Amino acid sequence: MNREGAEVTTVAGAESSDIVRNLTRWTRLLRYDTLRMISNADSGHPGGCMSMAEILTCLYFEVMRVDPRRPDWADRDRFILSKGHGAPILYAALARKGFFPVEELKSLRKIGSFLHGHPDISAPGVDMTTGCLGQGLSAGVGMALAGRHDRRDYRVFVVIGCGEMNEGQLWEGAASASHFHLDQITVVLDYNKLQFDGAVDEVCAPGDVRGRWQSLGWNVLEIDGHDIPQILGSLRQANECRGKPTIIIAHTIKGKGVDFMENAFLWHSLMDNGLLTKYVERMQHELNSDPDRFYAQCLW
Amino acid sequence: MASTLKGEKTIPTRHAYGETLVELGKLNDRVVVFEADISKSTQTYRFAEAFPDRFFNVGVAEQNMMAMAAGAAICGKIAFVSTYAVFGSMRACEQMRTSVAYPKLNVNIAVSHAGLTAYDDGVTHQAIEDLGIVRSIPNMTVVQPCDAPSTRKAVMAAAKIDGPVYLRLTRIGMPILYDAGPDFEIGKAIRLRRGNDVTIVAIGDMVFQALDAAEQLAIEGIGVDLLDMHTIKPLDQEALLESVMRTGAVVTAEDHNVVGGLGSAVAETLGEHRPTPMTRIGLQDTFAESGAYDDLLRHYGMDARHIIEAARKVMGRKK
Amino acid sequence: MLREKEHDIEKLHEIARQLRIDSLRMIHRAGGGHPGGSLSAADLVTALYFHEMNLCPQEPDWPDRDRFIMSKGHGCPVLYAALARLGYFDRSHLETLRKFGSILQGHPDMRKTPGLDSTSGSLGQGLSVGLGMALMGLRDQKPYRVFVMLGCGELDEGQIWEAAMSGAKFRVANLTAIVDYNRLQLDGTNDQVMPLEPLDDKWRSFGWNALRIDGHDMRAILDALHRAAAHDQGPTVIIAKTIKGKGVSFMEDQLNWHGVAPSTEQLEIALAELDP
Ligand SMILES: Cc1ncc(C[n+]2csc(CCOP(=O)(O)OP(=O)(O)O)c2C)c(N)n1
Ligand SMILES: [Mg+2]
Repeated sequence: MNREGAEVTTVAGAESSDIVRNLTRWTRLLRYDTLRMISNADSGHPGGCMSMAEILTCLYFEVMRVDPRRPDWADRDRFILSKGHGAPILYAALARKGFFPVEELKSLRKIGSFLHGHPDISAPGVDMTTGCLGQGLSAGVGMALAGRHDRRDYRVFVVIGCGEMNEGQLWEGAASASHFHLDQITVVLDYNKLQFDGAVDEVCAPGDVRGRWQSLGWNVLEIDGHDIPQILGSLRQANECRGKPTIIIAHTIKGKGVDFMENAFLWHSLMDNGLLTKYVERMQHELNSDPDRFYAQCLW
Repeated sequence: MASTLKGEKTIPTRHAYGETLVELGKLNDRVVVFEADISKSTQTYRFAEAFPDRFFNVGVAEQNMMAMAAGAAICGKIAFVSTYAVFGSMRACEQMRTSVAYPKLNVNIAVSHAGLTAYDDGVTHQAIEDLGIVRSIPNMTVVQPCDAPSTRKAVMAAAKIDGPVYLRLTRIGMPILYDAGPDFEIGKAIRLRRGNDVTIVAIGDMVFQALDAAEQLAIEGIGVDLLDMHTIKPLDQEALLESVMRTGAVVTAEDHNVVGGLGSAVAETLGEHRPTPMTRIGLQDTFAESGAYDDLLRHYGMDARHIIEAARKVMGRKK
Repeated sequence: MLREKEHDIEKLHEIARQLRIDSLRMIHRAGGGHPGGSLSAADLVTALYFHEMNLCPQEPDWPDRDRFIMSKGHGCPVLYAALARLGYFDRSHLETLRKFGSILQGHPDMRKTPGLDSTSGSLGQGLSVGLGMALMGLRDQKPYRVFVMLGCGELDEGQIWEAAMSGAKFRVANLTAIVDYNRLQLDGTNDQVMPLEPLDDKWRSFGWNALRIDGHDMRAILDALHRAAAHDQGPTVIIAKTIKGKGVSFMEDQLNWHGVAPSTEQLEIALAELDP
């Protein structure tokens, strides 16, 4: 693969089918957990969670070096959900990974819970407080610089939203990461083409996204963000890239996996909890009767 | 959601803002509106539908939005910028200070999700410092109306003020208080009850907690002088001093940190003109957390019960 | 009355030379200010104020005037010199730069100085302000253009790129940004502090028409300004390569002349070079 930007079209085959099958399972479960949490809390942002389900699964269940028994382990890979409104699916991944009991997911957005509406560093496994868009990459640059200074080899993963690219601070962070040659940083752009008020092309067209990151000195990869082998392949390539940070432009679908949510910008936020709750019930039923008994054991 | 609602019809003040903008747009074609990708939330989508050629959505770029509005105001427009209070007052703070307030431009910064009214979105979206920040900027007028009718009047008045106005709005619904009530005027506190035992000065959503408290105190025979201090800058010093002259004790109530906001503004005035025993109700210099609005008010000592206790205590400190 | 446009290249050079002299005198007298960035921008400011822009100095608030924003507000001495020369205020005010009670503040204050279109000094904001103005011009179908002078270090500010993105979205063809690309900022070169290249690609990726010129070549400057005017698809940025401290040998390309006033002796040497 040419680092200068040829597209990663297919890296399938590089992964054993066992790994892919396993990750597909987790993805399905995380989608369930997330929707359940949001319907339970009667509040939250489902669309942007669904679009990054595969990405988060690949990171937490295959690529990242983390140890749920030691959330503060100094050598762990860091993860920053810069698009902090996607908190529920991050919480689901952390719970399923074992950072805290799945039971906790019921407390999303409730007083006394560490599962705040947007990620809070006090929750086990959460590396950075986010929710105000545009700030996560800057924090990631600081973490990567600290890691280099401390001679630690951890990596820093940052997931950003496409609307988030409107924030100038993101470009301040991007310029810095490149200037300091922080090849331990991988940004994944959840490029679902929608933001709060509608299509990114209408609200504030991002223009030539690939060209822009390239002009800032980044290694740019482009993938289908729902294709697990492509995600794994690109994350591995990012890990191997030397001298510059990598951005993976992951083309995704907002609301992916839920028929009435897909590409529907109004589902950025919780549009109709009645509808969602019914959907979750149906999903629960399906998972419960799935021949793969893995799901039935995981329901809550 | 607020404990005083008791099934009444409520309206988030941001809705009143969004509706009034449309009215204003009809009256005056110099009104332009800037938005940063949350028009459904700030309710500016109504203006966008009515006047698409006077509505500018800049995407998630609050700093740019603030300074663009300055440019429009320099060209003679009456500009409104809308976002959440956290981003309007802090993300774009210096733009507001240097490009808007310093040249004293007619840019009205209307911000939703004030204080704990952002409830379960959590700390990132709860602005509890904004009053302190914007109040310290010269040329600013700072207003938080408590209900929809007074919000409507505040929006209309803000457009007429030749200089920036910071308008703080709620995410959650507020009961209607001023349907037939007194006239709303920026800079003039509204007396909601007359009493001679203790003064309660409240702002925004806390006016309803204070009303509750005053009612219950009245049953105990304690007369509350209750002021809705919707304009925290310029503060209505006259009304405040007249009241404490009679009562000799004050409680302030705000959905904000007690540092820098209403409590501080009142303390500054009293300290200079008439030192008076006082207690500040609000967040006690702490961040809150996600949760239901009522639960948060109770947990952080800001509901009517805490105001009542504070009133009793502060009366005991009278000279 | 519209001020007459100067077309003669030699005369424009002469004006630029005078603006440089005035800037240094002002900064010396004030005992503070930014000579380096005033001198690098002198030719660009001259081209705008004495050739390109539609202005009416007798009526500073003329609604149809072209607008100029010195987003790199610390470069204001050269702008003040230009405004004085055009008659917006009396030249005697130049001696009061940065003094108590002066109409000429250390950084531009539109409420105090006749002819100023904006208040600036905090880097990164001017392009947004100019965008707001340009957008209103389009909306109100006004003929004016808006010019924004940016520093190269200023491009580190994320807000510039917020404005760049919006400028492309709103297709403000009446907006022209000019980067005074002297390759120095406060702490060092752009490359040391925060690299900018490939700068024209970067602007293009944000949807702008990008031109690169020598910012001391008057003919090239005029040509670029005309090309910007002719481009009707969206905003244009003119990346003008300049030399910080241009015109004074000991100041040229010198980091330490960013923000200090020349001493009396230094001023004399500088003036001797500029006015032989
Ligand atoms: C600084 C800031 N401004 C505004 C918001 C409100 N907001 C939350 S989500 C969102 C849209 C984000 O779109 P995108 O980044 O594309 O997220 P995704 O589509 O992946 O959910 C906005 C404007 C915020 N959280 N932070
Ligand atoms: Mg998106």
